[in-house]
Amino acid sequence: MLTAAERWGGGEDERPFLPRAFSVMRERGGQLEFLFDDVGPGTRRLMELDAGDELLLLGPLGNGFAAPRDGRRPVLVGGGVGIAPLVIWADHLGGAQTLLGFRDAAHAEGAVLIAGAEVATDDGSVGHHGFVTDLLDLDDTIEVYACGPPPMLEAIARLGVPAQLAMESGMACGFGACFGCVVPTANGYVRLCVDGPVIHT
Amino acid sequence: MIDFCGIPLAHRIINGSGTFDAIAARRVFGDALLEQFPFAAFVSKTVTLEPRQGNPPPRLWELPGGLINSIGLPNKGLAGYLQEDLPQLAELPVPLIVNVMGSRREEVAQLVSAFAEREEVAALELNVSCPNVKTGLIMGADPGELAGLLDAVRQQTDKPLIVKLTPNCASPADVAAAAEDHGADAVSLINTLRGMALDPHRPGEPWLGGGTGGVSGPAVRAIALSQVREVRERVSLPIIGMGGVQTGRHAVDLSTVGADLVGVGTESFRDPLAAARIAAEASTLNEAFPANAAPAVAVVRT
Repeated sequence: MLTAAERWGGGEDERPFLPRAFSVMRERGGQLEFLFDDVGPGTRRLMELDAGDELLLLGPLGNGFAAPRDGRRPVLVGGGVGIAPLVIWADHLGGAQTLLGFRDAAHAEGAVLIAGAEVATDDGSVGHHGFVTDLLDLDDTIEVYACGPPPMLEAIARLGVPAQLAMESGMACGFGACFGCVVPTANGYVRLCVDGPVIHT
Repeated sequence: MIDFCGIPLAHRIINGSGTFDAIAARRVFGDALLEQFPFAAFVSKTVTLEPRQGNPPPRLWELPGGLINSIGLPNKGLAGYLQEDLPQLAELPVPLIVNVMGSRREEVAQLVSAFAEREEVAALELNVSCPNVKTGLIMGADPGELAGLLDAVRQQTDKPLIVKLTPNCASPADVAAAAEDHGADAVSLINTLRGMALDPHRPGEPWLGGGTGGVSGPAVRAIALSQVREVRERVSLPIIGMGGVQTGRHAVDLSTVGADLVGVGTESFRDPLAAARIAAEASTLNEAFPANAAPAVAVVRT
Protein backbone atom coordinates (compact mmCIF):
# COMPACT_ATOMS: atom_id res chain seq x y z
CA MET A 1 0.00 0.00 0.00
CA LEU A 2 1.31 3.40 -0.92
CA THR A 3 0.10 6.86 -0.02
CA ALA A 4 1.80 10.11 -0.98
CA ALA A 5 2.14 12.43 1.97
CA GLU A 6 0.79 15.47 0.13
CA ARG A 7 -2.05 16.19 -2.30
CA TRP A 8 -3.36 12.65 -2.08
CA GLY A 9 -6.92 13.90 -1.60
CA GLY A 10 -8.09 17.17 -3.06
CA GLY A 11 -6.27 19.34 -0.52
CA GLU A 12 -7.12 20.23 3.08
CA ASP A 13 -10.14 18.09 4.07
CA GLU A 14 -10.34 17.23 0.36
CA ARG A 15 -11.43 20.80 -0.29
CA PRO A 16 -11.90 23.08 -2.22
CA PHE A 17 -15.09 21.81 -3.81
CA LEU A 18 -17.15 24.93 -4.52
CA PRO A 19 -16.00 27.88 -6.64
CA ARG A 20 -14.90 31.00 -4.75
CA ALA A 21 -16.24 34.53 -5.26
CA PHE A 22 -13.80 37.39 -5.91
CA SER A 23 -13.95 40.99 -7.01
CA VAL A 24 -12.03 41.89 -10.13
CA MET A 25 -9.19 44.04 -8.81
CA ARG A 26 -8.14 45.57 -12.11
CA GLU A 27 -8.45 45.21 -15.85
CA ARG A 28 -5.38 46.05 -17.88
CA GLY A 29 -4.65 45.25 -21.51
CA GLY A 30 -7.38 42.64 -21.76
CA GLN A 31 -6.25 40.87 -18.60
CA LEU A 32 -8.16 40.62 -15.34
CA GLU A 33 -6.28 40.89 -12.06
CA PHE A 34 -7.41 39.47 -8.73
CA LEU A 35 -6.12 39.92 -5.18
CA PHE A 36 -5.85 36.86 -2.94
CA ASP A 37 -5.14 36.37 0.73
CA ASP A 38 -4.05 32.88 1.73
CA VAL A 39 -6.88 32.12 4.15
CA GLY A 40 -8.01 28.59 3.25
CA PRO A 41 -7.86 25.71 0.79
CA GLY A 42 -9.56 27.63 -2.04
CA THR A 43 -7.28 30.66 -2.02
CA ARG A 44 -4.27 28.43 -1.42
CA ARG A 45 -5.05 26.40 -4.53
CA LEU A 46 -5.60 29.53 -6.62
CA MET A 47 -2.30 30.98 -5.42
CA GLU A 48 -0.52 27.83 -6.60
CA LEU A 49 -1.64 28.40 -10.20
CA ASP A 50 1.14 28.82 -12.72
CA ALA A 51 1.13 30.79 -15.96
CA GLY A 52 -0.73 28.71 -18.54
CA ASP A 53 -2.81 26.78 -16.00
CA GLU A 54 -6.49 26.77 -16.87
CA LEU A 55 -9.14 28.47 -14.80
CA LEU A 56 -12.91 28.31 -14.98
CA LEU A 57 -14.39 31.77 -14.65
CA LEU A 58 -18.05 32.74 -14.33
CA GLY A 59 -18.78 36.43 -14.35
CA PRO A 60 -19.12 39.30 -14.02
CA LEU A 61 -21.87 38.67 -11.48
CA GLY A 62 -23.86 40.91 -9.16
CA ASN A 63 -24.12 44.68 -8.86
CA GLY A 64 -20.93 46.74 -8.69
CA PHE A 65 -20.40 50.29 -7.45
CA ALA A 66 -22.54 53.02 -9.03
CA ALA A 67 -21.64 56.64 -9.76
CA PRO A 68 -21.81 59.03 -6.79
CA ARG A 69 -25.27 60.46 -6.12
CA ASP A 70 -25.92 64.16 -6.75
CA GLY A 71 -22.35 64.98 -7.73
CA ARG A 72 -20.99 63.88 -4.35
CA ARG A 73 -17.25 63.55 -3.80
CA PRO A 74 -16.26 59.88 -3.72
CA VAL A 75 -14.14 58.67 -0.80
CA LEU A 76 -12.83 55.10 -0.99
CA VAL A 77 -12.35 53.15 2.26
CA GLY A 78 -10.81 49.68 2.23
CA GLY A 79 -9.67 47.13 4.74
CA GLY A 80 -7.24 44.28 4.14
CA VAL A 81 -7.86 42.17 1.03
CA GLY A 82 -11.11 44.13 0.67
CA ILE A 83 -9.17 46.85 -1.11
CA ALA A 84 -9.47 44.83 -4.36
CA PRO A 85 -12.70 46.31 -5.79
CA LEU A 86 -11.57 49.81 -4.80
CA VAL A 87 -8.57 49.51 -7.13
CA ILE A 88 -10.70 49.08 -10.25
CA TRP A 89 -13.17 51.68 -8.97
CA ALA A 90 -10.37 54.22 -8.42
CA ASP A 91 -9.22 53.50 -11.99
CA HIS A 92 -12.76 54.03 -13.22
CA LEU A 93 -13.19 57.30 -11.33
CA GLY A 94 -9.79 58.53 -12.50
CA GLY A 95 -8.59 58.88 -8.91
CA ALA A 96 -10.31 59.60 -5.62
CA GLN A 97 -9.40 60.16 -1.99
CA THR A 98 -8.58 56.68 -0.65
CA LEU A 99 -8.17 55.46 2.91
CA LEU A 100 -6.86 51.94 3.49
CA GLY A 101 -6.58 49.99 6.71
CA PHE A 102 -4.36 46.95 7.31
CA ARG A 103 -3.35 44.64 10.13
CA ASP A 104 0.39 45.38 9.93
CA ALA A 105 3.19 46.67 7.74
CA ALA A 106 3.41 43.49 5.66
CA HIS A 107 -0.25 43.69 4.63
CA ALA A 108 -0.01 47.47 4.19
CA GLU A 109 2.26 46.91 1.20
CA GLY A 110 -1.02 46.46 -0.68
CA ALA A 111 -1.53 50.22 -0.44
CA VAL A 112 0.70 50.69 -3.51
CA LEU A 113 -2.22 49.43 -5.60
CA ILE A 114 -3.97 52.81 -5.30
CA ALA A 115 -1.90 55.95 -5.89
CA GLY A 116 -1.97 58.45 -3.04
CA ALA A 117 -3.80 56.19 -0.58
CA GLU A 118 -3.64 57.17 3.09
CA VAL A 119 -2.91 54.23 5.39
CA ALA A 120 -3.87 53.13 8.88
CA THR A 121 -2.63 49.97 10.62
CA ASP A 122 -3.89 48.10 13.65
CA ASP A 123 -0.38 47.91 15.12
CA GLY A 124 0.70 51.41 14.12
CA SER A 125 3.68 50.12 12.14
CA VAL A 126 2.69 52.20 9.12
CA GLY A 127 0.56 55.34 8.90
CA HIS A 128 -2.15 56.11 11.41
CA HIS A 129 -2.26 53.83 14.47
CA GLY A 130 -5.94 52.84 14.69
CA PHE A 131 -9.06 52.37 12.61
CA VAL A 132 -9.09 53.47 8.98
CA THR A 133 -12.42 55.19 9.65
CA ASP A 134 -10.55 57.61 11.99
CA LEU A 135 -9.08 59.14 8.81
CA LEU A 136 -12.50 60.01 7.36
CA ASP A 137 -13.17 63.73 7.11
CA LEU A 138 -16.93 63.68 7.42
CA ASP A 139 -18.97 66.30 5.64
CA ASP A 140 -22.27 66.21 3.84
CA THR A 141 -20.79 66.29 0.33
CA ILE A 142 -19.13 62.87 0.31
CA GLU A 143 -20.20 59.39 -0.71
CA VAL A 144 -18.25 56.52 0.79
CA TYR A 145 -17.30 53.44 -1.24
CA ALA A 146 -16.16 50.69 1.10
CA CYS A 147 -15.05 47.09 1.17
CA GLY A 148 -13.47 45.30 4.08
CA PRO A 149 -14.18 43.32 7.23
CA PRO A 150 -17.77 43.40 8.56
CA PRO A 151 -16.97 45.58 11.64
CA MET A 152 -15.47 48.24 9.33
CA LEU A 153 -18.54 48.20 7.07
CA GLU A 154 -20.85 48.36 10.10
CA ALA A 155 -18.94 51.38 11.42
CA ILE A 156 -19.32 53.12 8.05
CA ALA A 157 -23.03 52.30 7.87
CA ARG A 158 -23.45 54.01 11.27
CA LEU A 159 -21.83 57.26 10.08
CA GLY A 160 -25.02 58.42 8.43
CA VAL A 161 -23.38 59.46 5.13
CA PRO A 162 -24.41 57.94 1.79
CA ALA A 163 -22.34 54.82 1.30
CA GLN A 164 -21.97 51.90 -1.06
CA LEU A 165 -20.74 48.85 0.84
CA ALA A 166 -19.28 45.90 -1.04
CA MET A 167 -20.07 42.98 1.25
CA GLU A 168 -18.88 39.40 1.42
CA SER A 169 -20.57 36.11 2.22
CA GLY A 170 -19.83 32.47 1.55
CA MET A 171 -21.40 31.46 -1.76
CA ALA A 172 -21.98 28.16 -3.50
CA CYS A 173 -23.03 29.44 -6.94
CA GLY A 174 -22.86 33.22 -7.46
CA PHE A 175 -25.97 33.42 -9.67
CA GLY A 176 -28.91 33.17 -7.30
CA ALA A 177 -29.42 29.41 -7.33
CA CYS A 178 -28.37 28.26 -3.89
CA PHE A 179 -29.79 30.99 -1.60
CA GLY A 180 -26.76 30.43 0.61
CA CYS A 181 -25.25 33.93 0.66
CA VAL A 182 -28.08 35.90 2.27
CA VAL A 183 -27.51 38.80 4.63
CA PRO A 184 -30.23 40.37 6.78
CA THR A 185 -31.53 43.79 5.66
CA ALA A 186 -34.53 45.94 6.55
CA ASN A 187 -36.37 44.14 3.72
CA GLY A 188 -35.54 40.65 4.97
CA TYR A 189 -32.77 38.39 3.72
CA VAL A 190 -31.22 39.33 0.39
CA ARG A 191 -28.89 37.25 -1.74
CA LEU A 192 -25.57 39.07 -1.99
CA CYS A 193 -24.76 37.40 -5.31
CA VAL A 194 -27.71 38.85 -7.24
CA ASP A 195 -28.94 41.72 -5.02
CA GLY A 196 -25.40 42.74 -3.96
CA PRO A 197 -22.58 42.48 -3.29
CA VAL A 198 -22.78 46.29 -3.22
CA ILE A 199 -25.47 47.47 -0.81
CA HIS A 200 -26.45 51.16 -0.78
CA THR A 201 -27.09 52.92 2.53
CA MET B 1 -38.54 12.59 -27.26
CA ILE B 2 -38.66 10.94 -23.85
CA ASP B 3 -42.07 10.26 -22.30
CA PHE B 4 -42.26 10.93 -18.58
CA CYS B 5 -45.74 10.39 -17.11
CA GLY B 6 -47.19 11.57 -20.40
CA ILE B 7 -44.96 14.68 -20.53
CA PRO B 8 -42.70 14.80 -23.60
CA LEU B 9 -39.12 15.73 -22.69
CA ALA B 10 -36.20 16.47 -25.02
CA HIS B 11 -33.73 14.52 -22.88
CA ARG B 12 -33.38 12.87 -19.49
CA ILE B 13 -31.59 15.49 -17.39
CA ILE B 14 -33.60 17.79 -15.11
CA ASN B 15 -32.75 19.81 -11.99
CA GLY B 16 -33.30 18.89 -8.37
CA SER B 17 -35.80 21.17 -6.66
CA GLY B 18 -34.15 24.12 -4.93
CA THR B 19 -30.87 23.90 -6.80
CA PHE B 20 -31.55 26.39 -9.58
CA ASP B 21 -33.48 29.66 -9.62
CA ALA B 22 -34.43 30.08 -13.27
CA ILE B 23 -35.78 33.59 -12.65
CA ALA B 24 -32.57 34.87 -11.02
CA ALA B 25 -30.44 33.00 -13.56
CA ARG B 26 -32.30 34.66 -16.44
CA ARG B 27 -31.64 38.05 -14.84
CA VAL B 28 -27.95 37.17 -14.62
CA PHE B 29 -27.39 35.44 -17.96
CA GLY B 30 -30.16 36.99 -20.05
CA ASP B 31 -32.31 35.22 -22.61
CA ALA B 32 -29.27 33.21 -23.74
CA LEU B 33 -30.21 30.96 -20.82
CA LEU B 34 -33.53 30.15 -22.50
CA GLU B 35 -31.86 29.40 -25.83
CA GLN B 36 -29.62 26.75 -24.29
CA PHE B 37 -31.68 25.86 -21.24
CA PRO B 38 -29.77 23.06 -19.52
CA PHE B 39 -32.72 21.05 -18.18
CA ALA B 40 -35.36 18.98 -20.00
CA ALA B 41 -37.93 20.01 -17.38
CA PHE B 42 -37.67 22.63 -14.67
CA VAL B 43 -38.51 21.81 -11.05
CA SER B 44 -39.10 24.99 -9.06
CA LYS B 45 -38.17 25.59 -5.43
CA THR B 46 -40.54 24.34 -2.77
CA VAL B 47 -43.70 26.44 -2.44
CA THR B 48 -45.51 26.61 0.90
CA LEU B 49 -48.92 28.11 1.65
CA GLU B 50 -47.46 31.05 3.56
CA PRO B 51 -44.27 32.98 2.70
CA ARG B 52 -41.07 31.84 4.41
CA GLN B 53 -37.90 33.86 5.03
CA GLY B 54 -35.71 30.81 5.32
CA ASN B 55 -33.08 30.06 7.94
CA PRO B 56 -30.68 32.60 9.43
CA PRO B 57 -27.17 32.60 7.93
CA PRO B 58 -24.70 31.03 7.74
CA ARG B 59 -26.46 28.62 5.41
CA LEU B 60 -23.58 26.77 3.75
CA TRP B 61 -20.68 24.58 4.82
CA GLU B 62 -18.26 23.06 2.34
CA LEU B 63 -17.50 19.38 2.84
CA PRO B 64 -15.10 16.87 1.39
CA GLY B 65 -16.90 16.30 -1.91
CA GLY B 66 -19.99 18.35 -1.31
CA LEU B 67 -21.71 20.76 0.98
CA ILE B 68 -24.26 21.03 3.75
CA ASN B 69 -27.01 23.56 3.15
CA SER B 70 -29.45 24.93 5.64
CA ILE B 71 -31.50 27.24 3.45
CA GLY B 72 -34.89 26.66 5.05
CA LEU B 73 -37.09 26.81 1.94
CA PRO B 74 -37.46 30.58 1.53
CA ASN B 75 -40.35 31.32 -0.82
CA LYS B 76 -43.06 33.88 -1.47
CA GLY B 77 -45.91 31.60 -0.42
CA LEU B 78 -48.63 30.30 -2.72
CA ALA B 79 -50.17 33.70 -3.53
CA GLY B 80 -46.77 35.29 -4.23
CA TYR B 81 -45.68 32.33 -6.35
CA LEU B 82 -48.84 32.40 -8.46
CA GLN B 83 -48.64 36.14 -8.97
CA GLU B 84 -44.89 36.76 -9.37
CA ASP B 85 -43.04 33.53 -10.13
CA LEU B 86 -45.40 31.37 -12.17
CA PRO B 87 -45.80 33.83 -15.10
CA GLN B 88 -41.99 34.03 -15.42
CA LEU B 89 -41.46 30.29 -15.08
CA ALA B 90 -44.12 29.72 -17.73
CA GLU B 91 -41.76 31.43 -20.20
CA LEU B 92 -39.17 28.69 -19.84
CA PRO B 93 -38.81 26.51 -22.94
CA VAL B 94 -39.41 23.29 -20.96
CA PRO B 95 -42.25 21.77 -18.90
CA LEU B 96 -42.61 23.11 -15.35
CA ILE B 97 -42.81 20.85 -12.31
CA VAL B 98 -43.93 22.64 -9.14
CA ASN B 99 -42.62 21.35 -5.81
CA VAL B 100 -44.95 21.91 -2.82
CA MET B 101 -44.77 21.29 0.91
CA GLY B 102 -47.15 21.65 3.84
CA SER B 103 -47.13 20.74 7.48
CA ARG B 104 -50.69 19.30 7.41
CA ARG B 105 -52.33 17.07 4.82
CA GLU B 106 -55.02 19.72 4.20
CA GLU B 107 -52.32 22.30 3.46
CA VAL B 108 -50.69 20.05 0.87
CA ALA B 109 -54.12 19.30 -0.62
CA GLN B 110 -54.81 23.04 -0.87
CA LEU B 111 -51.48 23.63 -2.65
CA VAL B 112 -52.03 20.74 -5.07
CA SER B 113 -55.56 21.91 -5.78
CA ALA B 114 -54.33 25.47 -6.46
CA PHE B 115 -52.05 24.18 -9.23
CA ALA B 116 -54.43 21.54 -10.59
CA GLU B 117 -56.08 23.88 -13.09
CA ARG B 118 -52.96 25.82 -14.08
CA GLU B 119 -52.00 25.00 -17.65
CA GLU B 120 -48.47 26.30 -17.03
CA VAL B 121 -47.84 23.40 -14.65
CA ALA B 122 -47.01 19.99 -16.11
CA ALA B 123 -46.65 18.06 -12.87
CA LEU B 124 -46.39 18.43 -9.12
CA GLU B 125 -43.69 17.16 -6.82
CA LEU B 126 -44.45 16.64 -3.14
CA ASN B 127 -41.68 17.59 -0.71
CA VAL B 128 -42.43 15.14 2.10
CA SER B 129 -39.33 15.84 4.21
CA CYS B 130 -41.38 17.92 6.63
CA PRO B 131 -43.15 16.80 9.83
CA ASN B 132 -46.92 16.44 9.89
CA VAL B 133 -47.76 18.74 12.83
CA LYS B 134 -50.69 16.49 13.78
CA THR B 135 -48.77 13.22 14.01
CA GLY B 136 -45.25 14.49 14.57
CA LEU B 137 -44.01 12.09 11.89
CA ILE B 138 -41.99 13.16 8.87
CA MET B 139 -44.51 12.71 6.05
CA GLY B 140 -42.11 10.85 3.81
CA ALA B 141 -40.32 8.82 6.48
CA ASP B 142 -43.14 6.38 7.21
CA PRO B 143 -45.18 4.37 4.67
CA GLY B 144 -48.47 4.80 6.56
CA GLU B 145 -47.95 8.53 6.95
CA LEU B 146 -47.23 8.94 3.23
CA ALA B 147 -50.24 6.80 2.31
CA GLY B 148 -52.44 9.11 4.36
CA LEU B 149 -51.01 12.15 2.66
CA LEU B 150 -51.54 10.74 -0.84
CA ASP B 151 -55.11 9.72 0.02
CA ALA B 152 -55.74 13.36 0.95
CA VAL B 153 -54.15 14.95 -2.14
CA ARG B 154 -54.51 12.45 -5.00
CA GLN B 155 -58.09 13.43 -5.80
CA GLN B 156 -57.13 17.12 -6.05
CA THR B 157 -55.48 16.81 -9.45
CA ASP B 158 -55.14 14.74 -12.61
CA LYS B 159 -51.62 16.04 -13.11
CA PRO B 160 -48.74 13.66 -12.43
CA LEU B 161 -47.82 13.57 -8.73
CA ILE B 162 -44.17 12.91 -7.95
CA VAL B 163 -43.13 12.01 -4.41
CA LYS B 164 -39.67 13.29 -3.46
CA LEU B 165 -38.44 10.55 -1.16
CA THR B 166 -36.26 11.32 1.82
CA PRO B 167 -33.18 9.20 2.51
CA ASN B 168 -33.51 10.04 6.22
CA CYS B 169 -35.73 7.10 7.11
CA ALA B 170 -35.63 3.37 7.78
CA SER B 171 -36.68 2.23 4.29
CA PRO B 172 -37.16 4.56 1.33
CA ALA B 173 -38.25 1.48 -0.67
CA ASP B 174 -41.15 0.83 1.74
CA VAL B 175 -42.21 4.46 1.39
CA ALA B 176 -41.92 4.23 -2.41
CA ALA B 177 -44.14 1.13 -2.38
CA ALA B 178 -46.74 3.04 -0.34
CA ALA B 179 -46.49 5.90 -2.86
CA GLU B 180 -47.20 3.49 -5.72
CA ASP B 181 -50.11 1.84 -3.90
CA HIS B 182 -51.73 5.18 -3.09
CA GLY B 183 -51.69 6.77 -6.50
CA ALA B 184 -48.35 8.52 -6.97
CA ASP B 185 -47.23 8.71 -10.61
CA ALA B 186 -43.48 8.81 -9.94
CA VAL B 187 -40.89 9.08 -7.21
CA SER B 188 -37.74 11.18 -7.07
CA LEU B 189 -34.73 10.45 -4.90
CA ILE B 190 -32.56 11.11 -3.09
CA ASN B 191 -33.26 14.30 -1.17
CA THR B 192 -30.35 15.57 0.95
CA LEU B 193 -29.07 13.61 3.93
CA ARG B 194 -29.27 15.32 7.30
CA GLY B 195 -25.89 16.49 8.54
CA MET B 196 -24.20 19.16 10.59
CA ALA B 197 -20.91 20.99 11.07
CA LEU B 198 -19.44 22.61 14.17
CA ASP B 199 -18.31 26.22 14.27
CA PRO B 200 -14.50 26.22 14.31
CA HIS B 201 -14.49 29.33 16.50
CA ARG B 202 -17.22 28.42 19.02
CA PRO B 203 -16.55 24.99 20.50
CA GLY B 204 -19.58 22.71 20.41
CA GLU B 205 -21.84 25.20 18.62
CA PRO B 206 -23.33 24.39 15.21
CA TRP B 207 -21.98 26.40 12.28
CA LEU B 208 -25.24 26.54 10.33
CA GLY B 209 -27.89 29.04 11.39
CA GLY B 210 -30.47 26.29 11.13
CA GLY B 211 -28.44 23.93 13.34
CA THR B 212 -28.49 20.98 10.96
CA GLY B 213 -28.71 20.92 7.17
CA GLY B 214 -28.80 18.68 4.14
CA VAL B 215 -25.71 17.01 2.68
CA SER B 216 -25.47 16.95 -1.12
CA GLY B 217 -22.85 16.60 -3.82
CA PRO B 218 -20.49 13.78 -4.80
CA ALA B 219 -20.33 12.72 -1.13
CA VAL B 220 -23.86 11.23 -1.44
CA ARG B 221 -23.56 9.66 -4.91
CA ALA B 222 -22.98 6.11 -3.69
CA ILE B 223 -26.00 6.37 -1.40
CA ALA B 224 -28.17 7.61 -4.25
CA LEU B 225 -27.08 4.75 -6.47
CA SER B 226 -27.94 2.19 -3.82
CA GLN B 227 -31.29 3.72 -2.89
CA VAL B 228 -32.43 4.11 -6.52
CA ARG B 229 -31.66 0.46 -7.11
CA GLU B 230 -33.50 -0.56 -3.96
CA VAL B 231 -36.57 1.49 -4.92
CA ARG B 232 -36.51 0.14 -8.49
CA GLU B 233 -36.66 -3.40 -7.12
CA ARG B 234 -39.89 -2.54 -5.29
CA VAL B 235 -41.87 -0.28 -7.65
CA SER B 236 -42.58 0.00 -11.34
CA LEU B 237 -43.23 3.76 -11.17
CA PRO B 238 -40.98 6.10 -13.15
CA ILE B 239 -38.02 7.20 -11.03
CA ILE B 240 -36.13 10.49 -11.06
CA GLY B 241 -32.71 9.59 -9.68
CA MET B 242 -30.35 12.19 -8.26
CA GLY B 243 -27.51 12.61 -5.82
CA GLY B 244 -23.99 13.80 -6.61
CA VAL B 245 -24.30 13.56 -10.39
CA GLN B 246 -21.33 15.37 -11.95
CA THR B 247 -20.76 13.58 -15.24
CA GLY B 248 -22.57 11.71 -17.97
CA ARG B 249 -21.20 8.50 -16.50
CA HIS B 250 -22.93 9.21 -13.19
CA ALA B 251 -26.22 9.84 -15.01
CA VAL B 252 -25.90 6.60 -16.96
CA ASP B 253 -25.07 4.75 -13.73
CA LEU B 254 -28.30 5.94 -12.09
CA SER B 255 -30.20 4.97 -15.21
CA THR B 256 -28.62 1.52 -15.17
CA VAL B 257 -30.00 0.86 -11.68
CA GLY B 258 -33.47 2.08 -12.57
CA ALA B 259 -33.77 5.87 -12.97
CA ASP B 260 -35.87 7.13 -15.91
CA LEU B 261 -34.78 10.75 -15.49
CA VAL B 262 -31.69 12.06 -13.74
CA GLY B 263 -31.58 15.17 -11.56
CA VAL B 264 -28.59 17.49 -11.32
CA GLY B 265 -28.33 19.70 -8.26
CA THR B 266 -25.15 20.70 -6.49
CA GLU B 267 -23.09 20.44 -9.68
CA SER B 268 -25.11 23.32 -11.16
CA PHE B 269 -23.73 25.53 -8.37
CA ARG B 270 -20.25 24.94 -9.77
CA ASP B 271 -21.33 25.46 -13.37
CA PRO B 272 -24.80 26.71 -14.36
CA LEU B 273 -24.63 24.73 -17.61
CA ALA B 274 -23.39 21.52 -15.99
CA ALA B 275 -26.65 19.73 -16.80
CA ALA B 276 -26.22 20.40 -20.53
CA ARG B 277 -22.69 19.02 -20.40
CA ILE B 278 -23.90 15.96 -18.45
CA ALA B 279 -26.66 15.32 -21.02
CA ALA B 280 -24.11 15.58 -23.85
CA GLU B 281 -21.68 13.24 -22.10
CA ALA B 282 -24.40 10.72 -21.29
CA SER B 283 -25.54 10.72 -24.92
CA THR B 284 -22.11 9.53 -26.01
CA LEU B 285 -22.21 6.65 -23.51
CA ASN B 286 -25.75 5.34 -23.79
CA GLU B 287 -28.27 5.57 -26.60
CA ALA B 288 -31.16 5.96 -24.13
CA PHE B 289 -29.79 9.47 -23.47
CA PRO B 290 -30.51 12.04 -26.19
CA ALA B 291 -28.15 15.02 -26.27
CA ASN B 292 -29.01 18.56 -25.22
CA ALA B 293 -27.38 21.56 -26.89
CA ALA B 294 -23.65 21.59 -26.21
CA PRO B 295 -22.75 23.77 -23.25
CA ALA B 296 -20.78 26.96 -23.70
CA VAL B 297 -17.92 27.06 -21.24
CA ALA B 298 -15.31 29.78 -21.38
CA VAL B 299 -11.81 28.69 -20.44
CA VAL B 300 -9.44 31.51 -19.54
CA ARG B 301 -5.70 31.05 -19.63
CA THR B 302 -3.82 32.61 -16.73
